[in-house]
Amino acid sequence: MLIAAALSALLALAVLGVLAGGEMWRHRVVYFCCALASLALLIGGLKHLGQTPGTGPAIVLPIGLPWMAAHFRLDNLSALFMVIVNLGTAAASVYGIGYCSHLPEPRRVTPFFPLFLFGMNAVLIADDAFMFLVSWEFMSLASWLLVLADHKNPENRSAAMVYLMMAAFGTFCLLTCFGLLAGPEGAYSFPAMRGGVLEPMTGFLVVLLAVLGAGSKAGLVPLHAWLPLAHPAAPSHVSALMSGVMTKVALYGLIRILFDLHGHVAWGWGAALMVIGGITAVMGVLYAILQDDLKKLLAYSTVENIGVVVIGLGLALAFKDSGEKTLAALALVAGLYHMLNHAIFKTLLFLSAGAVITATGERDLGKLGGLLKRMPWTGAATLVGAAAISALPPLNGFVSEWLIFQSLFKGPGLPHWTMKFGVPVVGAMLALAAALAATCFVRAYGIAFLGRPRSAAAAAAHRLPASMRWTMAMLAVLCIVLGAIPVTVTDALSGVVQPLTGVHFAVSADLGWPWLSPVSSTRGSYSGTVLVMTGLSLFVISILLVHGFGTTKVRRADAWDCGHAEDIPETQYTGQSFAQPLRRVFCSSLFAARETVDMPEPGDQSPARLTVRVIDPIWTYLYLGILRVVDAIADRVNRMQFLTVRRYLLMMFATLVFMLLVVAARQQK
Amino acid sequence: MPISQLSYEMAHLIGAAVLMAGFQLLYQRRLFAVLNTFAFQAVALAAAAAWQAHIQNAPHLYITAGLALVFKAMIVPFALHWLVEKLGIHRTVETAMSIGWTMMAGVALVALSILLVLPVTVNAAALTRESLALAMSVVLLGLLMMITRHNAVTQVVGFMALENGLILAAVSAKGMPLVVEISIAFSVLVAMTLFGIFFFRIRERFDTLDLNDLETYRGDRQ
Repeated sequence: MLIAAALSALLALAVLGVLAGGEMWRHRVVYFCCALASLALLIGGLKHLGQTPGTGPAIVLPIGLPWMAAHFRLDNLSALFMVIVNLGTAAASVYGIGYCSHLPEPRRVTPFFPLFLFGMNAVLIADDAFMFLVSWEFMSLASWLLVLADHKNPENRSAAMVYLMMAAFGTFCLLTCFGLLAGPEGAYSFPAMRGGVLEPMTGFLVVLLAVLGAGSKAGLVPLHAWLPLAHPAAPSHVSALMSGVMTKVALYGLIRILFDLHGHVAWGWGAALMVIGGITAVMGVLYAILQDDLKKLLAYSTVENIGVVVIGLGLALAFKDSGEKTLAALALVAGLYHMLNHAIFKTLLFLSAGAVITATGERDLGKLGGLLKRMPWTGAATLVGAAAISALPPLNGFVSEWLIFQSLFKGPGLPHWTMKFGVPVVGAMLALAAALAATCFVRAYGIAFLGRPRSAAAAAAHRLPASMRWTMAMLAVLCIVLGAIPVTVTDALSGVVQPLTGVHFAVSADLGWPWLSPVSSTRGSYSGTVLVMTGLSLFVISILLVHGFGTTKVRRADAWDCGHAEDIPETQYTGQSFAQPLRRVFCSSLFAARETVDMPEPGDQSPARLTVRVIDPIWTYLYLGILRVVDAIADRVNRMQFLTVRRYLLMMFATLVFMLLVVAARQQK
Repeated sequence: MPISQLSYEMAHLIGAAVLMAGFQLLYQRRLFAVLNTFAFQAVALAAAAAWQAHIQNAPHLYITAGLALVFKAMIVPFALHWLVEKLGIHRTVETAMSIGWTMMAGVALVALSILLVLPVTVNAAALTRESLALAMSVVLLGLLMMITRHNAVTQVVGFMALENGLILAAVSAKGMPLVVEISIAFSVLVAMTLFGIFFFRIRERFDTLDLNDLETYRGDRQ
């Protein structure tokens, strides 16, 4: 009831957004109401999660196709994703109250923002394939319009074009996937699909199409190409939603099909997903390290995190098919936990990137620096977010990555030799990605917030509206809280995965609250709660000691300046110089990274130049390759426009005879 | 009403005559011979329709037969004849494919339609099945004629032959409404008129009716 009311309110808000016109306070009201609706949906989801495991009542509405009513239902999985989604949307809406006045054209954003929220939530509660796809397209098209918000920039227009193509491709795959699941009888409701029995070949195709369709939305390599183009192009609070939340909706689709509707996915697909996830994680973070654009860096980091989650999902599939239900539940819990975490810290980081861009007008790392002094709130919140995404304890990112590693360590126990050898490899990739992610965010945070300003714009950063600061602070607190009470979260998640894996599994069973001991108490255990309490008490004790027994004299001295006292900001480390060692180690073969030094002749006073050339192999070879092939085919086909009448007749005749032959051949069987 | 063996044989024979005429159309090397053969095919078609009217006890098929006889066996061939003479068209048939190969392709098409129609219509009456197979062969032969002849007049004849096949199918299936057949017959006449006008116009402009020559005049070809 609450959910239905909130969803209708979002639709009404879209109309209000159109009517808002040029008055800024009306835009603020729309965002405020969006925040309220998101909170209502959040509460609805939490309330459902608090109930005993089970599915909510089915709601049938007489809309949609005339012979097919629209089915909606809230079960534990959708309720969890509703929580994940609406945490992000609530934050983005509150942020939007202050942020909308800084947008170049708020009128192009406000009407579509509630529609985008509506689409994402409707995907979660859809209970038949038709409603699912309609909502999915709703979400895609609304976000596409938001990407186009700043349409005067030609880069944004081409990003939107690529996004539209990929969205169409993804939906086409999902459409075919649901068609196969529904079978020849056309049973499009999810309960009917669950009962269906799939032939091996059909089952294979269903998984393939689901991975292609949902994976292209989530940003799995090599279908990620649109993501780092489109996500940064949108206004920052929308980027936060696209990166932090919409990718989760895509993964919801993947989980819904692979774990729920399909039900019997072969372990080979689990292995394939793990490999895809591993490659996605490593490639994503390597791309991220090379970026100088703050928002692009965050978008690529999203690709990495999606890879991490998909490793967990693949592992869960492999365990499930091998009969290891408990371990499957563990891997799935870990994956879901990471999705929840990523939704929070990626939203936080994108919002802070938006804050930086609003305050300075710059998104190039090379022109930022020293922002911590001018924007202490944003700086502190971003530090928490960056630490969380780098998986540092005691923050939330650590818990989920630790859980994924714990389940990976049990992978070699699987009966298949592929998995015995493959799981450690994927584990190594994940470890590499995690370490590189930490590097990436040390670089991003250090360059943007520490040091001295690298441009006049960065030196003149101005204050931000309270709603923007508070949103980031709240998200940072959430990062800490979710890291400090991991057991509470995993207990809630195990209720969600129970229907999907068929077993109730509590991660804390062995040692009890507040210890996480996924495998056994001797193999590894972690308690964020204890860690935070210990850290806090040590902090308090040391403050007491310092203030009680330490000297109160203050000594002032210059900071160490690395041996040269020159006062030019350009002599600082830059983003490029920080990335150089990693670029040389990892990217010289993968991205064909080359450096050329252009040294002027002695006596010539022009500066020396260092040029770095990086080729994105996937874009250059895969996408442009496809483009070339399509172009070549189009050129060939173009000739068909200039044939003679007799040739056209001949073609029709040949087609007719061919069809007749096919029919005749089928008749003979 | 049960159909006697004789009626069946007769229907088969007349249908086969229409098909044979189709083959003859492919074989002819002179325009007037093509037109005469076409007239013969139309007569055979009229006979087939009349015989069907007799054995099916469906008097409206006599009208179909009459239409075929008047329009297709007389007016259309005479009109084309007159056009050819009036325009002084070159009277040999230019083929795009040698006649021998065309005939062989025709035989293959007949085999294809028999292979196709007989299994599909297992449940239908034997008479209908055979007639449908014959009719389909005639349609395919008409199409074949259209694509293997350069001259516009022969293409028109191919089109009319194709249409003959359709009528043959229509009369052998029971229950085809008369109004459909009448409208087909008139539309053919209209098509005929249009073709005639076009012949004049084309001839006036380009001094030829060979399609190969016409193509070079198209604006979009260099």
